[in-house]
Amino acid sequence: MQEVSAFTPQLAASGIARVLWLVPAVPMVASGIIAVLKQPRRKTASGLAIGSLALSLVLALIAFGHVLAGWAHGAAVRETMNFTWIQVGSANVELGWVLDPLAAVMLVMVTFVGLLIFIYSIGYMAHDENYTRFFCFLSLFAGAMLGVVIANSILLLFMCWELVGLTSYLLIGFWYQKPSAAAAAKKAFLTTRVGDIFFLLGIVWLFAQTGTLLFYDSGAGSLESLALGGLLVHHAAWGLTAAGAIGLLIFAGAAGKSGQVPLHVWLPDAMEGPTPVSALIHAATMVAAGVYLIARVYPLMQAGSLAGGTTTALTVVTWVGAVTALFAALIAVAQNDIKRILAYSTVSQLGYMMAGLGVGGVAVGMFHLITHAFFKALLFMGAGSVIHGCHEEQDIRHMGALRGSMRTTFLTYAAGMLALCGFPLFSGFWSKDGILGAAHAWGPTRWPYFLLVFGALLTAFYMTRQVSYVFFGNWRGHGHAHESSAVMTMPLAILAFFAVTLGAIGTPAWPWFRAFLEDRTTASIEHEPGLMMLMLTSSVIVLVGLGLGWAIYGNKTVEAEAPDALERMAPPVWAVLRDKFYADELYGATVIAFYGWWARVADWLDRRVWGGLVAGVALLFRGWAQLNRFLDVNVVDGSFDKGCEELSNGGGLMARVQSGRGQTYLRLLAVAVVILTAILIWSSRG
Amino acid sequence: MSLATPLASYLLVSALVFAIGLAGALTRRNAILVLIGIELMLNAANLNLIAFWRFGPHPEALTGMMFAIFSIAVAAAEAAVGLGLVIQVYRHAKTTDLDQMNRMKG
Repeated sequence: MQEVSAFTPQLAASGIARVLWLVPAVPMVASGIIAVLKQPRRKTASGLAIGSLALSLVLALIAFGHVLAGWAHGAAVRETMNFTWIQVGSANVELGWVLDPLAAVMLVMVTFVGLLIFIYSIGYMAHDENYTRFFCFLSLFAGAMLGVVIANSILLLFMCWELVGLTSYLLIGFWYQKPSAAAAAKKAFLTTRVGDIFFLLGIVWLFAQTGTLLFYDSGAGSLESLALGGLLVHHAAWGLTAAGAIGLLIFAGAAGKSGQVPLHVWLPDAMEGPTPVSALIHAATMVAAGVYLIARVYPLMQAGSLAGGTTTALTVVTWVGAVTALFAALIAVAQNDIKRILAYSTVSQLGYMMAGLGVGGVAVGMFHLITHAFFKALLFMGAGSVIHGCHEEQDIRHMGALRGSMRTTFLTYAAGMLALCGFPLFSGFWSKDGILGAAHAWGPTRWPYFLLVFGALLTAFYMTRQVSYVFFGNWRGHGHAHESSAVMTMPLAILAFFAVTLGAIGTPAWPWFRAFLEDRTTASIEHEPGLMMLMLTSSVIVLVGLGLGWAIYGNKTVEAEAPDALERMAPPVWAVLRDKFYADELYGATVIAFYGWWARVADWLDRRVWGGLVAGVALLFRGWAQLNRFLDVNVVDGSFDKGCEELSNGGGLMARVQSGRGQTYLRLLAVAVVILTAILIWSSRG
Repeated sequence: MSLATPLASYLLVSALVFAIGLAGALTRRNAILVLIGIELMLNAANLNLIAFWRFGPHPEALTGMMFAIFSIAVAAAEAAVGLGLVIQVYRHAKTTDLDQMNRMKG
């Protein structure tokens, strides 16, 4: 387990920590500029994207050097820059960024691998008409991912996290004219959203409990001992402390992003996107964000553990990781799409990282994350090169014998494949060995260790199967395979170099990486007991896997449509694996079916019940309105109209009398006088 | 004192003249004839004044005479005003036909 490390609090942040925000900001700004560029300005678009990321790489390297220098001089730095974003009453919404070994390592990895993949994309997307849009999204993704890495506020982290999810959605659905790509994008978005809901709940809970959004805030942050102590005292349900419950909620978000069982279903489908996207987002960086998140909140996950013990949250992380590692490796054995095999392999390796975090601490998981980023990006880009060379063919049964026609791709791919398998002395060997060693020494139970070992065997097996199908045997495709251009093979070569050598930073003889992340000296790290035995075991397992794979698939001449060698041996098992343990069907039959049923119920309610109610009320009001209209027209208006008419008639009569002729008046006067006289006479006589 | 002619005869003549004047004033279209009708009615009234004075209780007092002379003077003034008005109207409307003078309509 990781010791409580003694980071020296730095009050005055250094220059590079002050401008660390530039690392994500530069690609984001570049993305904004590319967004307003005109479609034909392809060179400007890719130049901007690559230039901005190169600048970020330089800044990341300076930051890394700064942290490294601090560590070499005694204590690694953890510098934070915090500021208040919004003030709501007495509560502050604070954002900030942090520069510590974890962030520095991740920054360098993301910018470096990202840059190589950007360069590779120039070649891969050369003929795509939406070239500028692609680089716009890619840049936005890089910025958001770097934002996740440097975030010191869980809110800022979540914002960048969602941005990353958005760009992932946009890029999976990049070829949205393809219905399968559009569906895959939707699936990825919705599945990760399930995890993100829990993540958000965890954030709210953490904020409610600790009153701060910051991770590190010179003693007042949520990951520092004061807040953790408070979280441990508070008990949630089922015997969990608040720290454990929040840790589990955050892990749900991480599991969604990192494709852990049972939220793994979106990741293989995400291969519908362009291959550079698969390499960058769905293998090297974004899916690692979940692992990074757990590493970032590790003090929270670990809080409350006794010496050498574990916590509920970490146990869950371990088990989910180990099960995922084996589960996905099993499925990968029976896939035929070159990218899908790699996708399941990614899910499996993410499981290793999670398990590594659970059993061994931040350094163990992160080390595999870093090495995996290099060799998996290499494998995906190699696969992209193969797909390009085989005229957009993705089925490994329609490839074969490419080792001759695609020499560079083959050599680099082989390096990546051996690193992934954990072949001795390759980078994957050291990082995977670290995880296996920690799992072996894990207190509660050995089961995760056995699962992971079996997973390692399968990894070697399915990668041998894939390489045999693609690069050996006989050519089963159409036309002629050709090697890709230098702009695509150069990044492959660079990545291959690191895939082979990167393990050197974390060998048991010189555990530099772990010491750096945990802020200790390399000498202070004690070796696991029985280390040599473990290394021997894992080497033997890898060799057995490779040997089995070669024995079954190696360099054979087969028909493209012929059933797989394993399928002939055990058809029912093969069918289950090929259909991915029916995970999609299971979701289709449960979650999706439930939603469908619920939607139909809601529709029925809406149409019949609420619709009827609304129609009834409408009818009532219409009747009332008709009555009002009748009253208005006939009573109110009628009486008024009648009165006006009478007035008008009377006025007309009087107007006729007032003719303006004096004689008429006189005549009337005379008649009146006569009548009056008659009355006078009549009455005096009476 | 005895008079050969009784009061009723005077009154009858007066009423006759008044009726003739009234008819003239009401029926004639010519403004001058209407004025003449009005003069006739005035004179009928004067005749009545004289007759009632002569047959009244104090014939020695000259009250009736005074009334009649006043009335005649007023009538003369009124006739002058009326003729002046008629002349003005004629200058304005080029006619003395009363049916065409309907501008008094309010």
